[in-house]
Amino acid sequence: MHELAICQALINQLETIATERNAQNISLIVVGIGPLSGVEAQLLKNAYPIASTGTVAENAEIVIQQLPVKVKCNECGCESETKPNKLICKNCGNWRTTLISGDELILLSVELETADSQSGLASKANTGLH
Amino acid sequence: MCDTCGCNITHGNENFIKPGGKLHKTESGKEAVTVLHNLLDENDHTAMHNRDHFDQHNVLAINLMSSPGAGKTALLEATIQQLDKNLRIAVIEGDLETENDAERIRKHGVKAIQISTGSACHLDAHMIHQALHNLDLKEFDIIFIENVGNLVCPASFDLGQHLNVTLLSVPEGDDKPAKYPVMFRASDFVLISKSDLLPILDDFKPERARKYFQDIASTAPILELSSKDKSGMSEWLAWINQQIKTRKDYLKEHPLSSHSHSHTHGHVHTHSHEHTHDHVHKHV
Repeated sequence: MHELAICQALINQLETIATERNAQNISLIVVGIGPLSGVEAQLLKNAYPIASTGTVAENAEIVIQQLPVKVKCNECGCESETKPNKLICKNCGNWRTTLISGDELILLSVELETADSQSGLASKANTGLH
Repeated sequence: MCDTCGCNITHGNENFIKPGGKLHKTESGKEAVTVLHNLLDENDHTAMHNRDHFDQHNVLAINLMSSPGAGKTALLEATIQQLDKNLRIAVIEGDLETENDAERIRKHGVKAIQISTGSACHLDAHMIHQALHNLDLKEFDIIFIENVGNLVCPASFDLGQHLNVTLLSVPEGDDKPAKYPVMFRASDFVLISKSDLLPILDDFKPERARKYFQDIASTAPILELSSKDKSGMSEWLAWINQQIKTRKDYLKEHPLSSHSHSHTHGHVHTHSHEHTHDHVHKHV
């Protein structure tokens, strides 16, 4: 269960971003995870409410984008999508391959609510634009 | 892992993670910000500093990983007894509880720092950084980090080590690389430990284990070793000596000022675990 530790690292990053951009609230975060990162998406989701309590990201929706495992063959150059424990070339069967996707653990984007965006919403409301 | 050089974006994954725009307002009026930071940036940054500390003192750091009971401490004891006496060794021990392993090491007259992780299932770079405060690195040539016995969590955390050594013990079964690809992919050297049990537990086929390592595209050398009957020990010791030499040669050719990372530069080039692995292979 290292997902909680990773979730806490995520919250630290979110707090830094919120402070830098003067955001009051973080409403959405998108995380990209490859199976070879060693992190389980569902466990990360489960850990999120625990790690985010009392932070600016407490009410954020967490969206996890699962990334595929892909290798490039060092011999024939073919790129193939494969399983985490079968990193061999689908074209020629060679096991000397390079991973080109599948070990990511990345915070892709966040959606912030800033004073500006709030006043933007308010002014839209005032002018009747929804 | 960084938003500047895009070193985590390959043409294999760019369609999935390429930003739609650096900064834009969504329809709801909220601000959407593209980040592209590795979640373990902070850990990796500290790991890099640890590695710089090791390099400043010409110390080779080896991270030992395996399941619980695969024989990491027994391997260290045998290594301490047989390794060149001129090499000064220290050990950082990671366990959830107890100082048992550190005490075993200290009995051999070797400095051992125990990190008790409590409920944490892995060591991280910050814990190693703390432990380094209790080690005068100029007194050592090689540091072994004995990670928490666990085939899952330790694989995700770079500690600042130069090399990962993974033990796969015979009683565990030969298909562990297929079951725990993340861990075994990270190995620079694999020891099939407790090899003295091979005649008894004959359902473990070393050739099958090797095949599973090929399936995860591992190029790490694989050695059968027994800390008990000492078979394989001389090859293991020779490998360690070679790695110490290789690292020293590398540091001679690349003095620290040219490859050590400043804070700003370091942030840009924060390495993921796999990058570190590549880094070691390319330059050592």
